[in-house]
Amino acid sequence: MSYHVNEKGYYGEFGGAFIPEMLYPNTEELRQNYLRIMAEPSFQKEFHQLLKDYVGRPTPLYYAERMSKKYNTKIYLKREDLCHTGAHKVNNTIGQILMAKKLGKNRIIAETGAGQHGVATATVCALMGIECVVYMGEVDIARQAPNVARMKMLGAEVRPALSGSRTLKDATNEAIRDWINNPVDTHYIIGSVVGPHPYPDMVARFQAVISEEIKKQLQEKEGRENPDYVIACVGGGSNAAGAYYHYLDTPEVGIIAVEAAGKGIDTGESAATSALGKVGIIHGSKTLLMQTQDGQITEPYSISAGLDYPGVGPLHAHLYTSGRGEFISITDDEAMTAGLTLCQMEGIIPAIESSHGLAVFEQKTFKPDDVVVMNLSGRGDKDLQNYIDYFKL
Amino acid sequence: MNRINSKLKADKKLLSIYFTAGYPALENTVQIIQELEKNGVDMIEIGLPFSDPLADGPTIQASSTQALRNGMTTDKLFEQLVGIRNSVEIPLIIMGYFNPVFQYGVEAFCKKCQEIGIDGLILPDLPLDVYQEEYEAIFKKYGLINVFLITPQTSEARIREIDAASDGFIYMVSSASTTGTKEGFGDAQHTYFDRIANMKLNNPQIVGFGISNKSTFEQATNKAKGAIIGSAFIKHLKQNGPKKIDGFVAGIR
Ligand SMILES: Cc1ncc(COP(=O)(O)O)c(C=O)c1O
Repeated sequence: MSYHVNEKGYYGEFGGAFIPEMLYPNTEELRQNYLRIMAEPSFQKEFHQLLKDYVGRPTPLYYAERMSKKYNTKIYLKREDLCHTGAHKVNNTIGQILMAKKLGKNRIIAETGAGQHGVATATVCALMGIECVVYMGEVDIARQAPNVARMKMLGAEVRPALSGSRTLKDATNEAIRDWINNPVDTHYIIGSVVGPHPYPDMVARFQAVISEEIKKQLQEKEGRENPDYVIACVGGGSNAAGAYYHYLDTPEVGIIAVEAAGKGIDTGESAATSALGKVGIIHGSKTLLMQTQDGQITEPYSISAGLDYPGVGPLHAHLYTSGRGEFISITDDEAMTAGLTLCQMEGIIPAIESSHGLAVFEQKTFKPDDVVVMNLSGRGDKDLQNYIDYFKL
Repeated sequence: MNRINSKLKADKKLLSIYFTAGYPALENTVQIIQELEKNGVDMIEIGLPFSDPLADGPTIQASSTQALRNGMTTDKLFEQLVGIRNSVEIPLIIMGYFNPVFQYGVEAFCKKCQEIGIDGLILPDLPLDVYQEEYEAIFKKYGLINVFLITPQTSEARIREIDAASDGFIYMVSSASTTGTKEGFGDAQHTYFDRIANMKLNNPQIVGFGISNKSTFEQATNKAKGAIIGSAFIKHLKQNGPKKIDGFVAGIR
């Protein structure tokens, strides 16, 4: 059994392209070209050159010695927090901006929640001198002022999404509507492994550089390519998809996906999609999503804006229902505590999203000789205000 | 014969009106339908509101949000429509997004539609291939016509494919846009209208998006069989409630 996308754009029963006909030419153009373009040597060369010289890859695979002692297992941190702009998101935006150029597009749109993907998109647009419009929920614009300022400094226009709940899902709707209205000259840089086929697969392939590097680095450090477990947090699921990618069809590598439980799964304020979601359609993809009995999409909650999405990518829905992935949900409090532990034991301030992954070590016991790779998806600079408020610093 | 097919045979240009069920007030649904028929409208699209209407512009988005706040649900809509065929004869189509239908259960939804006397469905985000592989047999079993959209960007090959899969009419989206976004028609639209007319499709075409008054209705139906008005009617409802529908329709033709 393969956990990769099939030729029709599905992961098991999940995925596909459930889009209005107005979008069909847009996604079809991408579907027909993305694999061919990605395979071109000139594309690969430019992509890897930029990842190296601009993003700062390969990111280190760091053996966290004190954490390993504390939890009595071997913990490696994949340092995506050291990427330019502070998170893994830029791996995807570098790939997609090159794709957009190959497709002859001269205008970029994106959605953003916390602003990380918006900043990563604005960054690559500045790099290439391409017009950039980022949709962001009005509520998030107010909550994430520093990232709004960053995007503006980078030359992007930040447009408020005023519809629905005025957060990430609505920003995504607005970006899709923009694409409907500008089908010819515009490329939509989606920020995670979500949306209609081929987006989940394309984004996963760009993020796959994470596990490609892990393999090489583990070989050097441990004399083997495969860890016993890979842990990653899942919002839409892009950092996780990248960390799992080259291990998906290697059953001896355990896959652990960490979702945000918010204030607790049963509190009504949660973003744990696998636990609370049902199969349905969100943003053009058939996947698990949080919704009412009536099929209206509901608003999730997490202290971490990057995990605050009512769906998950179709790959993750498939990993969950097939049992290939172990899904763990972590509350706000557990994540914040785990984040502080990392600060104090390793001198690394993590993004709150990544802190959810770190909290797994409190919940699950690993064997002393297990090699566990935890994908540290981002750094905590953007979350400083949250940490200040939470810990009353 | 399905009411849609009979109506399409009528020797006139058809006026179809879209409204969002549950808007402006929860219980306006039946009254609006009756008024539209009384004033000579040929066909009605009853919008089943959705939280995330991707293909809609601000006017229909706002009406959907309000309708959901008012308490509209799939069950509620069906409840309101029971008995509608005692008073209304024109074709009734439910238009909405796929997820609420999927959650209700596609077969259960279609069965309910047949019981009530709904003639067809328009689900813009249910793609052609999925419809054909998984749902066409169910739609047929319950006598429902599925209406597909085409746009100025749709390739000729795909238009032919959609024509072959259709058994009512083709919903011809007038421009690359969400609903209620672009007003009036320019050269590009007229070229597109001519191009489609020259294709001599098997199914008649009804134009939607960008039609708001007599002039745009006439332009849209110059070549096509009919036209659909949505956002302009929602704006009317916003200002007048379910009243003065006679005046609205009289202003169109
Ligand atoms: C640091 C970080 N990690 C994780 C995520 C969640 O996204 P994904 O699940 O696509 O990796 C985000 C999203 O903003 C993020 O900024």
